Amino acid sequence: MALALNEETRMVRDTALEFFRERSPITALRKLRDDNDPDGFDRTLWRQMAELGWTGFLVSEDHGGSAFGVTGLGQVMEAAGRTLAATPLLSTALLGASLLELAGSSDQKDEHLPPLVAGERLFALALEETSRHAPTHIATTAVKQGDGYSLTGQKCFVLDGHIADVLIVVARTGGAVGDRNGITLFLVPADAPGVKRTRTIMVDSRNAALVKLDGAAATVLGPVGGASDLLDTVLDRARACLAAEMLGSASEAFERTVQYLKDRKQFGVQIGTFQALKHRTAQMFCEIEVTRSTVVAALSALDEHANDAAALASLAKAKANDTIYLCGNEGIQMHGGIGMTDEHEIGFFMKRARVAQATFGDAAFHRSRYATLMGY
Amino acid sequence: MTDLIAFRQETRAWLEKNCPPAMRTWMPEDEQVAGGLRADYVRPEQKIWLDRMAAKGWTAPTWPKRYGGGGLSADEAIILDEEMQDLGCRTPLRGMGLSMLGPTLLEYGTEEQRQTHIPKIVTGEIRWCQGYSEPGSGSDLASLSTRAVLQGNKFLVNGHKIWTSNAHLSDWIFCLVRTDPTVKKHDGISFLLIDMDDPGVRPRPIKLISGKSVFCETFFENVQVPASHLVGQLNKGWTIAKRLLEHERKGIGGIGARGAAKFELPPETVAKMHVGEVDGRIADPILRDHIAAFSMDAAAFQLTRRRAAEEAESGAAPGPLSAMFKYYATELNKRRYEMLLEGEGFQGLGWEGEGFTDDELRFTREWLRSKANSIEGGTSEIQLNIIAKRVLGLPD
Repeated sequence: MALALNEETRMVRDTALEFFRERSPITALRKLRDDNDPDGFDRTLWRQMAELGWTGFLVSEDHGGSAFGVTGLGQVMEAAGRTLAATPLLSTALLGASLLELAGSSDQKDEHLPPLVAGERLFALALEETSRHAPTHIATTAVKQGDGYSLTGQKCFVLDGHIADVLIVVARTGGAVGDRNGITLFLVPADAPGVKRTRTIMVDSRNAALVKLDGAAATVLGPVGGASDLLDTVLDRARACLAAEMLGSASEAFERTVQYLKDRKQFGVQIGTFQALKHRTAQMFCEIEVTRSTVVAALSALDEHANDAAALASLAKAKANDTIYLCGNEGIQMHGGIGMTDEHEIGFFMKRARVAQATFGDAAFHRSRYATLMGY
Repeated sequence: MTDLIAFRQETRAWLEKNCPPAMRTWMPEDEQVAGGLRADYVRPEQKIWLDRMAAKGWTAPTWPKRYGGGGLSADEAIILDEEMQDLGCRTPLRGMGLSMLGPTLLEYGTEEQRQTHIPKIVTGEIRWCQGYSEPGSGSDLASLSTRAVLQGNKFLVNGHKIWTSNAHLSDWIFCLVRTDPTVKKHDGISFLLIDMDDPGVRPRPIKLISGKSVFCETFFENVQVPASHLVGQLNKGWTIAKRLLEHERKGIGGIGARGAAKFELPPETVAKMHVGEVDGRIADPILRDHIAAFSMDAAAFQLTRRRAAEEAESGAAPGPLSAMFKYYATELNKRRYEMLLEGEGFQGLGWEGEGFTDDELRFTREWLRSKANSIEGGTSEIQLNIIAKRVLGLPD
C-alpha cells in the first residue's frame, strides 16, 4: 500500500484540478439549480471528461478503457469535490463501469462498456429501499419470466436515476429481507415498460430519483442469488472515491474559511487573530490531513485487492463524513451572517456534505462495519 | 536493496542471539532503563541488554560512529526498529540525552562538547534532565528568569526550574538561563549544560495525581558553571531551545507508535473481557461505537505518520504534517486510556490493593499519567497556535 502518490497519479490530479476550476466552478452548479435544468448536469462537460479518459479508468483496455485504477479516479473525484461539480462520475464511471466490468458477461461488456467510456451512455445503481444505507435490506422481487426476470419494488435515493439510460437494480431472487444470500443484480433499460422514475430535488442540487418497478423486464448481471460480495467490493470503491470527493469539498471549504479569517475585520483587527477561531481552524487542518491519509490508503488498498481494503474503505468514509461535517458547519459559523446567505458559496459545501454523508453509509454505519471487520 | 536484505538478516540473527528472553517481554514503566550514575536495575538482564546494544551503538542507531553511535542509514534504522518490534525486544535505553540533547549537540555543540557528552549518552553512563519551565514560565517559556551571570570564565547561576523530569535521578541538566535581562525576552536566553553534582543544585520530587513523582522542581543557588558549557552563542539560546523542543515533541508524538505495542491490550479486548460479547461483538453497542471511533482515529493517525515518511522519501516538498503529530498523538493517548477505563467499568477505578488485577491498577495510574501528555513539551493549545501561525498563516 503506497501512501505517497506517484508521478503519473499526481499528473492526473493536477489536470483534474485545473479542469474543474476552469470549466465547472460552483457558479455552474448554481446555474443548473436556478435554471431548473432538466438534466441537472452538463452533457458537454461530461463528454470532455470522457475525452480525458476518466470514464475509462475502471474499464479494461479491451473495451476502450485504460484500467488506470481506483486511485486515479479518486484524484478526479477529489478535484470535482473542490468545485462541487455535478457529474455522473460516481454513478457511471465508478458504479456502472465497475459492476459491468466485474460482473458482466462478454456480450454485456461489449454492449455497454464502449458507449459508457465514450460518455454516451449513463448508468445508475438502484439499491436503497429504506431511509438509510442498507445494502442487504432488499425487498424488491425478481421473478423468472421467459429468458429473463420481472422486477417489482420501490427504490429511493437512486443517484443520477432520472438521467440514466440504464438502471442496475439490486433485487431479491431468494432469501428474506436482510439476508446476504439471494441478492441479484439486473440491467433494466430506464425507459422500459413498468419503470417509473421520479426526479427528487435534493438539498445539494445534485441528481437523484425514486424508481418504481412494476413488472419491469430485466436481464441478470452476474451471479444469480450471490451478488452480495461483488456488490460490497464495488460499494467499497464507491465509498473510497466518494470519500475522496468529500475530502476535496472539505479542503476547499476549509481553505476558503481560512482566507475569510484573514480578510474579515472586526474590533479593528482580522478575526483570524482570535484564538477561539485559530484553535478550531487548526483542529480542522488536523482532521483534513488525517482523513487524507485514510483516503489514499483505501484507494491504494482497493487497487491492490488488499485484505484490509474493506476496513480501509469504511475508515475513509467514516473519517470523510466527520471531517466534511466539521468543515461545512464551521465554514458557515466562521463566515458569520454572510455564510447564511444563498449568494455566498460557502453554504453549498454544507448542503453537499449532508447528502454525501448519507450516501453509501453514514459514520455510524461505517464504525459498526469497521468494528465487525476487526473482530469486535 | 540486497544490502538491506542482508542487513535485515544479520540484524535479526544478532538480536535473536543477544537479546535476553527477559528483555522480550512487556516492559512496565518502572523497568524502563534511563541509565545514569544512580541507575537501579531491577533485573540483571536490563544491564546486559543495554551494554550489548550500546557496544554496537544501537541505542542511538543513526548517530555517527565517531561519537559511539550506530552509524546506520535511515533505512537501516527502520529495519532495526522493525526487527526489534517483531521480536518484542525492549528499548534498551531511553531518556532525554538520547531523545533531545544528543541531536541538539550534534547540530549546535562544539567538537569538544560532542566528544565529552555524546558517547556517555549512547552508553547510558550519564543521565540527563531538562531545565526549561519555571514556576512563572510555563507556556510562556521565553519569559524565564533563572539568571546566569558571566564572571570571568564561569557563569554564576541562580533560579528555580520546575517539571524537571526525574531530576533527582539525573547527573546533568541542560538549562535555559537568562544571560541578558535588558533586551527583548527571546534575545537574552542562553543554553547551558550543568553538572548536578554541584551542591548548589537541589532537586525536589513533586507528587502527582498518579501518586508518582516523575517530575521535580530544581533549585539553583550560586552554582558555578564553566563558560565552556555554553552551547551555541551567548544570548542565542532561544533558537537552540526551539530546535530541542521539536525533538521533544517528535518523541512525545511517537507515543504508542513503537515499543511495547506488541504486548499492550487494545481497548476492544479489555471491553470484551468486562462487558462480554454477543456474536463476536462487544455486548454494549454504545461502548462498541466509542471504541471503534477511537480505534479508527488511531489507525488514521498511524497512516498519517506513514504518509509523512513516504512523502519525505519520495522527494515531495516537505509537508506541514509534523506540526500536528504532538497534538494528535497526545490527545489520542488520553482517549485510549479513557476507553480502557470505560471498558473496565468498576474494575477501572482501583487505586491499590486487593480486588484488582495488576493490569487494572496500572491502567488507572497510566490514565492519570496520560493527562500530562497534552501539557508537557508544549500544551495542545500551544501546538494549535503553532499550526495556526506556521501552517495556516493566521495573523498574530
